[in-house]
Amino acid sequence: MNWADLNLMPALPEMFLLGAVLFILMLDLYLSDAKRGITYGLSLLTLAVAAFLQVSTFETFSTITLSGLFVDDPMADIVKVAMYGVTATVLVYTRQYVKDRGLFKGEYYTLTLFALMGMNLMVSAGNFISLYMGLELLSLSLCSLIALQRDSAKATEAAMKYFVLSALASGLLLYGMSMVYGATGTLDLPTVAKAIAGGSANPTLMVFGLVFIVAGLAFKLGAVPFHMWVPDVYQGSPTALTLMIGAAPKLAAFVFVIRILVQGLGAMVADWQGMLIILAVLSMAIGNITAIAQTNIKRMLAYSTISHMGFLLLGLIAGTPEGYASALFYAVVYVLTTLVGFGILLGLSRAGFECETLDDLKGLNGRNSWYALLMLLALFSMAGIPPLAGFYAKFAVIQAIVNINLVWLAVVAVIMSLIGAFYYLRAVKVMYFDEVQDNSPITMPVDMKLVLSVNGIALLVLGVVPERLVAMCVEAMQLSLHSL
Amino acid sequence: MFSNPLSLVIWTPIVAGLLVLATGGDQRATLARWLALAGALAGFLVSLPLFTQFNNLHGGMQFVENLPWIESLGIRYHLGVDGISMLFIVLNSFTTLMVVLAGWEVIQKRAGHYMAAFLIMSGLINGAFAALDAILFYVFFEGMLIPMYLIIGIWGGPRRVYASVKFFLYTLLGSLLMLVAFIYLYFQAGKTFEIEAFQALAKIPRDVQLLLFVAFFLSFAVKVPMWPVHTWLPDAHVEAPTGGSMVLAAITLKIGAYGFLRFALPIVPDAALEVAPIMVGLSLVAVVYIGLVALVQTDMKKLVAYSSISHMGFVTLGMFLFTGSQMNVWALEGALVQMVSHGFISAGMFFCIGVMYDRVHSRNIADYGGVANKMPIFAAFMMLFAMSNSGLPATSGFVGEFMVIMGAVQVNFWVAALAATTLIFGAAYTLWMYKRVIFGEVGNDHVEHMQDVNKREFLVLAILALAVLGMGLYPQLFVEKMHLSVNDLIAHVAQSKL
Repeated sequence: MNWADLNLMPALPEMFLLGAVLFILMLDLYLSDAKRGITYGLSLLTLAVAAFLQVSTFETFSTITLSGLFVDDPMADIVKVAMYGVTATVLVYTRQYVKDRGLFKGEYYTLTLFALMGMNLMVSAGNFISLYMGLELLSLSLCSLIALQRDSAKATEAAMKYFVLSALASGLLLYGMSMVYGATGTLDLPTVAKAIAGGSANPTLMVFGLVFIVAGLAFKLGAVPFHMWVPDVYQGSPTALTLMIGAAPKLAAFVFVIRILVQGLGAMVADWQGMLIILAVLSMAIGNITAIAQTNIKRMLAYSTISHMGFLLLGLIAGTPEGYASALFYAVVYVLTTLVGFGILLGLSRAGFECETLDDLKGLNGRNSWYALLMLLALFSMAGIPPLAGFYAKFAVIQAIVNINLVWLAVVAVIMSLIGAFYYLRAVKVMYFDEVQDNSPITMPVDMKLVLSVNGIALLVLGVVPERLVAMCVEAMQLSLHSL
Repeated sequence: MFSNPLSLVIWTPIVAGLLVLATGGDQRATLARWLALAGALAGFLVSLPLFTQFNNLHGGMQFVENLPWIESLGIRYHLGVDGISMLFIVLNSFTTLMVVLAGWEVIQKRAGHYMAAFLIMSGLINGAFAALDAILFYVFFEGMLIPMYLIIGIWGGPRRVYASVKFFLYTLLGSLLMLVAFIYLYFQAGKTFEIEAFQALAKIPRDVQLLLFVAFFLSFAVKVPMWPVHTWLPDAHVEAPTGGSMVLAAITLKIGAYGFLRFALPIVPDAALEVAPIMVGLSLVAVVYIGLVALVQTDMKKLVAYSSISHMGFVTLGMFLFTGSQMNVWALEGALVQMVSHGFISAGMFFCIGVMYDRVHSRNIADYGGVANKMPIFAAFMMLFAMSNSGLPATSGFVGEFMVIMGAVQVNFWVAALAATTLIFGAAYTLWMYKRVIFGEVGNDHVEHMQDVNKREFLVLAILALAVLGMGLYPQLFVEKMHLSVNDLIAHVAQSKL
């Protein structure tokens, strides 16, 4: 390695993040429980500075550094900034919740930041090795986070399930990667792409490798038939952790898929397109239909997530830069919406009470019409009803697949979203049409109330003027994938 | 943007609605009511210039506004009205004002939210009529489901939850397939969602036309509603609060019929021509069979709901009467007149039932009798609406039906004969109900204690009655506005795209 050529600037935010996490980890050891707020504040500060560094080092072109292990392109930048914002929001939403449950510890914050490190690495990896390292850092951190509530049998079970199944998925992924390595002789994604394009890779071996890789990715995304862990982990984890799993990691997983399937195996689009179609149709169908039968909201939202991943896959299936951009937009909107939904659940939970069944939402409009309105916006956005952001997300992916003449798939997708509308409507019904059951006052910290309100209103504002965000996604994708 | 009258009619009620929402809970209900009234009045006033400044001699779209909106997805903020859509915007703004008055002191539970929902919905409905970009239309078209769902579900009758969910899912089912149709047309028309570009497409193969027609049909037939996809309507109408029923019957049903005129007929004329016999058949079923169904209802609101379906059958009948590939101008204009007139009549009928319901808390015909003895003024007004509903000459109800029947005679005598039975059935179910409720001896104690209409109710009834009479005596006022647009539409549809 030529040290003189080593350009570390693109990885500056990550380096800062690592330094800051280690610093917080050390400092926290010397803080008493009463001063834990300092850890919390420093974590938020870290995220803010990292976001600032990310924005200030923004370039409109891709930079490959560290011998190809690390890529910094506009797609990575936009997703990372979103992840900082999402993680900060999660920390704000969950502070009271973790306090009430004795989880307000330094570990909670440092592990969260480590998970973020892992996601950053996934998003910026240019090589199978760095992709895998990022993925494992994320999975192991999340696993420990879920298990942090070690007195709870449910949480421990969820952590165990998450650990075992993510290890299985990683195994599949590694197996697929090793086959690709066998066929192409390299782990570097651009070189893999060149080898396939050049025809020097053994096609049979590549297809086998691809099958394993797609299966592994489907596990990570939670697409049917590799979805079984999602409902159990969502339901079993403390709601704070459900939110953490359901938010930023979905963005990271999306870019992870783009890196492998598009940038690495883009030449095999015809092969993975068919597989993704099956995954997408099954995810939309099983996710939406099963969600109807749920009475636990966390489990319902888990199935709804599965169906949303099916929709997100539609954008990838299109195989065009517009399609990828629509999927990115979908992911961003999905995460924003999920934040509101779980934010409300967190806000309604209090010490000794978990808000997790539909009955817990009964008559929310009578208890507090503002929170009910925010939840309403989130639910209708998930259902894809205009004028909320979720509509344009669904619209964009459907537009992308109609563009490649898969009209039947578009029809399947809209029918599935009709089925989906039913259970979202039922949740709205419970909040608005049913009588209040539990009239205990809702106390939310002021900062959370503020962020949650901005978050919820953003769904409506993005529904009225979505152009900026859509254009950003399109541009980021075009700049990052221009070589294709 | 805010100098354009169309943007004004869309955003004035929505902004007013948000302001009303901001007044909070029931503690400031009075403020919320007055604010809502001001908003509805402002909404109506800004819609008037559309009517007065509309140029009858100018074909095509007027008051056009075309701005970029979501460039990346090819969606524009494109507004404009022709002689057809303009009328409905004015009608809608008018109805909203009536609805706010109708719900004034009747709604005690969260009055502010109730008014706000109606105002926001009014803006969205105006948007749907004014949109010239298919996705902009879709956003307004679907967006109005949310307030309507809440209106039925929160303020409705005993089976409100069932009715609201049914209403929502039924309408969503249709419109989602239309969305796919729009996206398909987007690529055919050269990456644009302009409705006029869709209409201008010169060649669409027959099979594609039929599929597109099916998508449009599912979307709009559910909204109209046509038999056999009408079953959501009696539930929604019956369970909705008075204001909800008024808006549903007077306006939202018209969006379905309008959709046929704006999308299905001009975009896929050959498919429309091909399925016209089926459409005529379904319309006749609605007119005759649903008319008979209305006859046996024991619930007044349900009766008027079925009567709405039957009258809307007339509207779709008028739209699909072809001679060769030529639409029938009499029938089409009759259908449009019928749409506007039904807006006034159904609002009046539902309001009358609401007035009685507020006093007795029953919608059963059997719970009434002899109301005229206690409420003579009310009985007179209701008489007018009932007569108009049965198509009495000199009221607005007569003009539209007469014109459609005239058109039908030119096309096919038997179609005309069947359609004309509505004059018998309509009179039968409406007047029989009127007789049982209003005339005779005072039926029971509840009726004994009924008070005649108060000033607010009188105002609403009088305004609606004037509209019904005015339109019956001088329909020309409306017809001259739409005439050129109707002729353009007929000329456009006559050109084959095969």
